[in-house]
Amino acid sequence: MKLRVVAAVHAARLATFVSRRLLGRGGTALPGLVAERVAPGALAGLGGQLERTVLVTGTNGKTTTARILAAILAADGKAVVANREGSNLTRGMVSALVAEAGWRGRIAAAETTIGVFEADEASLPAAAAALQPAAIVFTNLFRDQLDRYGEVDTVAGFWRRAIAMVPDDCVLILNADDPSVAELATVRDLPVRWFGIDDLRSGGERGAFDARWCGACGTDFSYDHRFFGHIGHWRCRGCGRERPTPGTSALRVSDGEDGLSVEVQGLGIVETGLRGQYNAWNTLAAIAAGEVLGASAAALRKGPATIGPVFGRQESFAIGSKTLRLYLVKNPAGANQVVQLLGRTDEDDGFAFFLNDRFADGQDVSWTWDVDFELLAGRGGRVWAGGDRGADAALRLHYAGLGVEPVLPPQPAEALRTLLEAMDEGLTLHAIVTYTALLELRRELARQGLAKSTLD
Amino acid sequence: MAHLYPDVMNIYGDRGNIIALRHRCELRGIDSEVVEVNAGDPFDPAEFDLVVIGGGQDREQRRIADDLLTRGPSLKAAVEDGLPVLAVCGGFQLFGHRYVGLDGETIPGIGIFDMETRHPGVEADRCIGDVVLATEFGAIVGFENHGGRTYLGSGQEPFGTVVHGRGNNNGADSSEGARYRNAIGTYLHGSVLPKNPALADGLIEMALKRRYGDDFELAPHDDAAEQAAHASAVARAKSREGDRGLGRGPLAAGRRLRAKLRDLAGR
Ligand SMILES: [Zn+2]
Repeated sequence: MKLRVVAAVHAARLATFVSRRLLGRGGTALPGLVAERVAPGALAGLGGQLERTVLVTGTNGKTTTARILAAILAADGKAVVANREGSNLTRGMVSALVAEAGWRGRIAAAETTIGVFEADEASLPAAAAALQPAAIVFTNLFRDQLDRYGEVDTVAGFWRRAIAMVPDDCVLILNADDPSVAELATVRDLPVRWFGIDDLRSGGERGAFDARWCGACGTDFSYDHRFFGHIGHWRCRGCGRERPTPGTSALRVSDGEDGLSVEVQGLGIVETGLRGQYNAWNTLAAIAAGEVLGASAAALRKGPATIGPVFGRQESFAIGSKTLRLYLVKNPAGANQVVQLLGRTDEDDGFAFFLNDRFADGQDVSWTWDVDFELLAGRGGRVWAGGDRGADAALRLHYAGLGVEPVLPPQPAEALRTLLEAMDEGLTLHAIVTYTALLELRRELARQGLAKSTLD
Repeated sequence: MAHLYPDVMNIYGDRGNIIALRHRCELRGIDSEVVEVNAGDPFDPAEFDLVVIGGGQDREQRRIADDLLTRGPSLKAAVEDGLPVLAVCGGFQLFGHRYVGLDGETIPGIGIFDMETRHPGVEADRCIGDVVLATEFGAIVGFENHGGRTYLGSGQEPFGTVVHGRGNNNGADSSEGARYRNAIGTYLHGSVLPKNPALADGLIEMALKRRYGDDFELAPHDDAAEQAAHASAVARAKSREGDRGLGRGPLAAGRRLRAKLRDLAGR
């Protein structure tokens, strides 16, 4: 162990102590930030001790996929170290490793521990260079908040750079249904494990779409079947490239009240507490990664079954006879998936959209016009809009043909009170929320002692 | 109305402009039909009452530029004849003479507006943020996100004057967008029409007057929801401009950090 990395671990532990005891915060990034300052090689020095590491990246689904994969490995009897929700820069990975490291910078039982780290799209090259992963999972590539990284091409560029730096036996775990992700297989001659959905009962509607074209010949992709957005069974009529046949394939996806049931080829039925078709891809991605790491069939089935909602993604709060469900959305693609899911809930259930426009939400709210809220028109339940930009949210819903109640007050406490008073007994309110709105609502729910999250 | 290149030039909620135009026609009992025109599709602008084109990333602009060029003469003739057009962001840039990109590569435009747009290089920051303009349609709000700086020809009218934000950001004037006859070009998305009903109605009215004669007027409508969104966007532009006017240097970095923390924590 390099002395400098040991010093970094000490400094980071001190930072953990200071932030927890003196500032009263459970900050997850600070220790890693400090460690990286003391030793720029901290991630490599600590992560290099692990048996193997898997990185998970993509616009949507990386937190969920990493969680399911960690559960699969745990079910297989493996020790796992993982970064926490939202801490997906390299400093977040370092923080997670520091927490496992002793005073000499050694991670206990490192040689039998697997690292599962979700990586921010732009952090992937640095993470891949330092950790030399055994596999990288790419979930999908959508437009995100454009004031963050600029263009889809920019993100694809980060990923190509990362792929150039991994070892020769690193397995790329790629979404066959996303042509932009599939293109990554052409970057370098690495082993690839494909996952995808072969149940064609869903999708087909037009919805929001942004065109993708073939990197080899420039022709627009055609679709034999389109699930949503640019995700589907694609082919290029110019050069003949087409969606690869996935090794990890969902033959049937059923979305029930209690979660998804996915029939995976060669594995049988896999169940999970998560809902929505998009979580079928996340489940498949995690299973594909588990297969690559040699997890048993039993663990591949059991892991997903232990997963309930991930932080803010479909969290449920019981308040008397009423239920409040929170769905975090970060971009139109993710929001469209949630809207499709809500279209299948009890039509008397209420619906709310909390729109904030702070740095972490994306300051530009125009993405709301790329969400097909029109799919929710004609439901029986009441509809609310709130958040810093509640008026914008209300206007979007109004133009989607929904009858919107008066805009909720901007203060989270007031908004919550208004909502809970207005909700009918026994019903569920489904709230689509942006990131800082989610933090505020959770904080308020905890502060008022109104509810205990089913997640905690 | 025609929506040009909806699958490619659709970057910042440009669909919202179409949704708003249809909605506001419907309110007045006016039937509307949207024809999506993609590269290679047949399209005669003379047959349309309104044309809308949205924005795209650089690679997307390059993708449609050749196709748009072939349609340049017919679009230009229709604009001379009074066709109302809304061209946003990347679409606006291609309605000028040319766009000179980051790498110096020139994408020729169709020259409906006497202007050109140049990217000032990687060192220059993008113009990102809330915008308020003064225009003949009153105050117009939106959000801009563009690298290029737009230089208007000497006789070229802007769409409006920047009150908050950057606009054409050419260093010479505080102009935003461009206006020629009934064609309007602007950097504002957001989407621009839902929050600015006066502009949406203005475009519809121009279309109806062109077809049915000058005495046509749109029935007024209760715009409470639209005005509330408009007002919240104006308030946001004002509060954020406070954060941006923090200057340069190490002390300013501290001020910006504090502003960002305040923003994260909720003002
Ligand atoms: Zn091709």
